Amino acid sequence: MTTTSVDVLIIGGGATGAAALYDLARRGVRALLVDQLDFTTGTSGRYHGLLHSGGRYAGRDLETARECIVENRVLRRIVPFAVEDTGGLFVATPADPADFPARWLDGCAKAGIPAEPLSAAQARAAEPALTHDITAVYRVPDGSVDSFDMIHGFVAAARDLGGDAWIYQQVTALLREGDAVVGATLRDTRSGEARTVHAACVLNATGPWAGAVAQLAGLNVSVKFDRGAMIAMNTRWVNTIVNRLRPAADGDILVPVGTVCVLGTTSVHTSAPDDYRVEAWEVSKILAEADVVVPGIRNGRALRAWAGVRPLYEPPQAGHDEAQGREVARTFSVLDHAVLDGVRGLVTVTGGKLTTCRLMAEKAADAVCAQLGISAPCSTADEALPIPAATAGRYHRLDHRLHKLEHGEMPGDLICECEMITRPQLEAAIAAYGGQPVALDDLRRDLRLGMGPCQAGFCGVRAAGILQAVRGQASAEATAALGAFVDERFRGVRPLLWGHQLRQLYLDELIYRRTLGLDRLPDEGVSQATTAAPGEEAAHG
Amino acid sequence: MTDHSTTLIDLTPFTADHCLKCNICTSACPVAPVTPLFPGPKTVGPQAQRLRLPGEPSPDHSIDYCSGCGICTQVCPHGVRVMEINTQAKAVMTQTHGMSPRNWFLSRNELWGRLGTPFAPLANFGVGNRWLRLIVEKTFKVSARGPLPGWAGYTFRGWWKREIKRRPRPQSAPDAQRVVYFHGCSTNTYEPHIGKLAVAVLEHIGLHVEIPPQTCCGLPAQSNGDFKAARRYARTNIESLVEYARRGIPIVGTSASCITAIKGDYQHVLGLDDEDALLVAANTYDFMEFLARLDHEGRLPRDFQPIEAELPYHAPCQLKAHGMGRPALDVLDLIPGLRCWEIDADCCGIAGTYGYKAEKREIAEAVGRPIAEQVSAAGARLVVCDTETCRWQITSLTGAKTVHPVELVALAYGLTVDRYTPPLRAGTAAHAAVGGL
Repeated sequence: MTTTSVDVLIIGGGATGAAALYDLARRGVRALLVDQLDFTTGTSGRYHGLLHSGGRYAGRDLETARECIVENRVLRRIVPFAVEDTGGLFVATPADPADFPARWLDGCAKAGIPAEPLSAAQARAAEPALTHDITAVYRVPDGSVDSFDMIHGFVAAARDLGGDAWIYQQVTALLREGDAVVGATLRDTRSGEARTVHAACVLNATGPWAGAVAQLAGLNVSVKFDRGAMIAMNTRWVNTIVNRLRPAADGDILVPVGTVCVLGTTSVHTSAPDDYRVEAWEVSKILAEADVVVPGIRNGRALRAWAGVRPLYEPPQAGHDEAQGREVARTFSVLDHAVLDGVRGLVTVTGGKLTTCRLMAEKAADAVCAQLGISAPCSTADEALPIPAATAGRYHRLDHRLHKLEHGEMPGDLICECEMITRPQLEAAIAAYGGQPVALDDLRRDLRLGMGPCQAGFCGVRAAGILQAVRGQASAEATAALGAFVDERFRGVRPLLWGHQLRQLYLDELIYRRTLGLDRLPDEGVSQATTAAPGEEAAHG
Repeated sequence: MTDHSTTLIDLTPFTADHCLKCNICTSACPVAPVTPLFPGPKTVGPQAQRLRLPGEPSPDHSIDYCSGCGICTQVCPHGVRVMEINTQAKAVMTQTHGMSPRNWFLSRNELWGRLGTPFAPLANFGVGNRWLRLIVEKTFKVSARGPLPGWAGYTFRGWWKREIKRRPRPQSAPDAQRVVYFHGCSTNTYEPHIGKLAVAVLEHIGLHVEIPPQTCCGLPAQSNGDFKAARRYARTNIESLVEYARRGIPIVGTSASCITAIKGDYQHVLGLDDEDALLVAANTYDFMEFLARLDHEGRLPRDFQPIEAELPYHAPCQLKAHGMGRPALDVLDLIPGLRCWEIDADCCGIAGTYGYKAEKREIAEAVGRPIAEQVSAAGARLVVCDTETCRWQITSLTGAKTVHPVELVALAYGLTVDRYTPPLRAGTAAHAAVGGL
């Protein structure tokens, strides 16, 4: 068993953990981040892509609204490569309560969110897809943010400053010495290798898993799980964020992000941090609500549905009736267990929003530094991060890849046609894993491989072939890798099997089952994740 | 009253939503297999469409090599308007990078058709002179091998003006017996005989022909990405034609490409979807489509003299885009003795102004090669085709003479016009006419 020593061990490779890694590195603290899967696989990768202006909270949660508008401006400044300045609209229709806009405007004013009134005609000129029935509309500084790019940016910048991050490392135990947490034992979920990490302090930045990780130290952190479903539409119906101007409810936002337009979302209390079910009523509800502001969109092509779990945390001393879902404040909490429980060496950060991840990291790092007796202040709010190599020149803009491809800056075969990924890009991404195992789904998160309309129908087999050639995989191993990837893609399309996407999936099925016989190829027990029969999958969503 | 029921999903760019990546369009594209410069209609069409940001400079480059033939749109099993998406993207590209003088020039054949007419002998010497053409190719990038027709020296409209003065037509015809003739620029200045024969045929059928003011259909400007000019031309035509459309008077034209512009492109490419534009589109017919329709209604006289000939026929892409089958073949089939067979090839390669561009001439010739091979294998010396640039291209590729089907219809009706020599003789049983002059 290998042993490593660092100042701080951060558990959780989402937005908060990555921002904390960067924050601590800037303070000169040696930190290591670990995640049980890849970066952004939890809540940070399962959201709609909104960079909040705070407008969503102006009606009910002024503290979160204020945090959002401040951090919105900070993220635009420090991770511009991950942010698209779409702007946002709040649109009221005759279906919405007539007295709400006045209350909302008041909230915006109090939170410091600029809300510029537009005429319905101005709004429709900017976004021709909007309904003709607009009773009020305001422009706010919403944006969209690519969490993959942002988190990779934080990690890369932290590595430049001496930080490090390991993925696929499951925390098997927190090490206790008396009243102190002094590190953790890890297990590599790919190789099974066990490791020990000694750390002066552990930062628990695991979002919905915060309770489970605290439990490893025998501590109780009560996180509520709030599931929200989202649907990605194949094309960008709107190029501005469109919010319903009404009290928070299901299906009240459209977010143009990357190549798609994400419709969100629902709020369902659930009992597990990884309950990623998407239920039929959620799909219908989201499409029906989106159709009110963008008529016709429910007949458009829905590409993929997924769910994320929001970690909601209310300090136990609040003392009022148990609130659930949207009633719980979306602000975040930093729990210094030395103060709360008398256990040194452990800080938990949970709750909050992706938009406020840097602020959450700042406050968490402050608590960590206080425990370590480090007085260096946070310095993450002003300086722009270097553009990470993985996203170099891949500024988060819709037309950028097409421009590069068309102007000879992306030579080589086009492997993923929908998202425009070339063979050299794929080979470079594989090479970046060094000798570590790499799944096609890892390459998907790195490059957006297979995330377009055909959902890997055409690129999956090409990418599997390249992976096999580069890694010298045995056929059975390549078959298993392809099977796992195709199944994972299919899982997200399952709730949307009608119309165009059904046709697409039928074509994909013909390619994989009938032409390639993927379900009949021997994988010799390499992985059990391959070609699961539909019945088996339904059980775990 | 605005119709609010139309949503974005009905508009051309959003049809990209239906693409399943099946590659049927790319397999059918005549350009992609002959050049590495064009990655194919799927790639530059629905695939690239997802990555184009409205209102931003064009990210495109290779789409310039799309000829706009529209075969992709015809073969798409899911209703993606591939060619229309591509043409709109070309317009954004033209907006971003500006228009080359060459493309501006090619977009305005209406203008240079008229300007060249008084100087026809000189102008014809120019287009026929190899050295002069090479100089033009070097300076303006207009291919020296691009088949230019030569000016007739008079205009069809001028002839019609004189003709109705010489032989006034009675004005008493009811609307049901009236027809509007859309001649197009080529007929006006290069091939007036086609217009004259069309009028003769329509009058032989017993219809009162009207030739209202009209201008270029706008297709050359549209193909070159100059939507502003294309819309201006389109609007002029719509304004002139709409009163006839309102009265239910059919508008017919002998250029299948001009007619496809009016019928479809005004709406799906240029976005002109107001009531007037749609009304004109709905009342406009290709000439041979109109004759086939009359025949269907029992209104087409069958007094055809036999033409003993076996002729290859090429259906232009623009005609296929009408989605109406092959009305020219249906009508020519009525002529005793005449046997027309369709060449098994998609596109002749010229695609309007595409094949005149120096950098695309080789591509245009490679695309048209199957036509040349089949014409040559058949030993045919006369080819039938509905649009002018295709005819000129086929002549340049094969050396065969080309005719519009109306020429054969007129011949069979025994109609002729001044300053015109029919390509064949009618009424003879001699097999000497097979395939040739």
